[in-house]
Amino acid sequence: MSQETSAAPAVTTSDASNRVSLTWSNRLLRRPDFAAAVAAVIILLFFFVIAPSFRSPDSIFTVLYQSSTIGIVAVAVGMLMIGGEFDLSAGVMVTTAGLVNALFSYYLGVNLIVGALVSLVFCLAIGFLNGYLVMRTGIPSFLITLGSFFVLQGANLGVTKLVSGAVSSPDISKMGGFSPISSFFAGSFVVGGVTVWNTVIFWIVFVAISGWILHRTKVGNWIYAVGGNAASARAVGVPVRRVKIGLFMTVSFLAWFVGMHSLYRFNTLQAGNGVGNEFLYIIAAVVGGTLMTGGYGNALGVAIGAFIFGMTSLGIVFAGWDPNWFRTFLGVMLVLAVLMNLYIKRLSTARKVG
Amino acid sequence: MNLTSRRRLLLVGASVATLGLTLSACSSGGAQSTKSASSADCKSNTYTIAMITHEAPGDTFWDKIRAGAQAAAKNECIKLNYSADPQADKQAQLIQTAVDSKVDGIATTLVTPDALAGSVKAATDAGIPLVGFNSGIDAYKKLGALEYFGSDETLAGQTVGERLTSQGVKHPLCVIQAAGSVALEARCAGVKAKNPGTENMQVNGTDDSAVVSSIQAKLTQDPSIDAIVTLGAPIAMDALKSMSAANSKAKLVTFDLNVDAAQAIKDGKIEFSVDQQPYVQGYMAVTALYLYLKNGNDIGGGGPVLTGPSFVDKSNIAKILPFAKNNTR
Repeated sequence: MSQETSAAPAVTTSDASNRVSLTWSNRLLRRPDFAAAVAAVIILLFFFVIAPSFRSPDSIFTVLYQSSTIGIVAVAVGMLMIGGEFDLSAGVMVTTAGLVNALFSYYLGVNLIVGALVSLVFCLAIGFLNGYLVMRTGIPSFLITLGSFFVLQGANLGVTKLVSGAVSSPDISKMGGFSPISSFFAGSFVVGGVTVWNTVIFWIVFVAISGWILHRTKVGNWIYAVGGNAASARAVGVPVRRVKIGLFMTVSFLAWFVGMHSLYRFNTLQAGNGVGNEFLYIIAAVVGGTLMTGGYGNALGVAIGAFIFGMTSLGIVFAGWDPNWFRTFLGVMLVLAVLMNLYIKRLSTARKVG
Repeated sequence: MNLTSRRRLLLVGASVATLGLTLSACSSGGAQSTKSASSADCKSNTYTIAMITHEAPGDTFWDKIRAGAQAAAKNECIKLNYSADPQADKQAQLIQTAVDSKVDGIATTLVTPDALAGSVKAATDAGIPLVGFNSGIDAYKKLGALEYFGSDETLAGQTVGERLTSQGVKHPLCVIQAAGSVALEARCAGVKAKNPGTENMQVNGTDDSAVVSSIQAKLTQDPSIDAIVTLGAPIAMDALKSMSAANSKAKLVTFDLNVDAAQAIKDGKIEFSVDQQPYVQGYMAVTALYLYLKNGNDIGGGGPVLTGPSFVDKSNIAKILPFAKNNTR
């Protein structure tokens, strides 16, 4: 019976005549994002009722913007967690990405687009190193990436101070290449009087791509397989090492992406920024139904998790409450989400037998 | 055999380390000459002074304190040992470490007086002169610190409150970017004391986009907010973005300066900044210890020496802007 659950992500084959056909309610309950979606609707309605200023389209898009800056990285962190690994360096890597671009371009007088590419290569290299070390040494990714978290945090400060003499990057807004790159990463457009940030669109696109990879491609099956049981995945010929390293590199790619957004929206970055955001990505993934132990979760769930985060963090402000309590809400929500996931998962497995 | 191979390993290690040191010494040339406190023009160090702060890593404000301290140390050929930890117990431990290593003087922030009292006493018991700076204006004497250099946060807040009230502001929003900071709370409390309509708000200071969205949400929720008081220059820059996104006409006032904030004051986007002159705090703390050790001087004569509040607005920004660009203001 446990076989049934672990095989959940594998698409049912057409000739599975001996399979139990599931009712729609069972199918719904089996989805990892179901609990999160229910929670999101409840929270949305809740803030709609108590916070009048939350109801305007403007506010909704502010929430979506806030969600997207967490949600984009969370897409990759969610995939990585489905693949059975963690990345604690993702929060500071966002800042590293921006700093590398700013410092490199500013002090060598190089066009910002080149700097952005250098930064991309640098970030992918860190992602590769994270993955390589985890696979090579067998040390849990929690520890390896905790190490790279500290290394990057220190290097962000140390290198910035060494190169610029201050602890924030120089203002890059007057350098060559700023306007095209800025309008791409940090642009916004107005639809019906509402400002929509590009990041929101990118977020949706990345979620769609992630969903497609996870559910429609071979690589997606591999990711669930390595997260479910790496040894048996290897036994059936899944390139475990490549899949996991690829996932770490995906995280660093999207961290780079958001890093570009922060740099080009704010023109300068403080070297100490980003610390703590790694937990928000993980929280988004977990609230969205991703299993900490790997092998279970989906892209939509992670997106809903990030949306819940954005909604709660700003909803409290829109409601006029004291935001000092925000972290407390976040903690309670996290535990509730995990409990709900657990409960629904049990419910769906229990019903299937009967 | 075993010994020789180990020795060879040591030798290789040592030469690699030397190479590394040489390289880093080379690469830190040029603009970085201000960084090394005891530089080439000093034949020997006069004194060793330990500076211990509660700096949260990567804040531009602390960078200025440090720049001031280093400039003073360089002038007097002092060897400056800078260390910092935002957690009270760790900061106390750092002070204890300075005492144990028998430095000639200690300059420390007294942000959590009760937690630091034991270590400060250990320093005075050991006969090491200790001055407080930046925070602890009400506690430094009781703890046994010789002198104090800094701003009175409550007073600074009150001055802001008064100035806003005189401009007809009814409902200022005071934005706190670090949870549980005594100094930041004191500033907002000071503002509220002179402008009762003041409301506090907590934001996540390490994430600019979160700061922007949160302030923007607050402005949307409560359009009666007619002034925003930020407690750090980078937060003021975020607030500007929130205001334009929320179409808010609120006045913006900030504490502290950086290049961007100074420019925004010049452009009229920020009304004024309350500067506690962190560069001066670092500079004076080190210099005061030097004068005490060298000459027995007692700056302030037992009373606190105030480095602020100093107002930066349209009237004086032209003079101050170049210093801000220089990371000294």
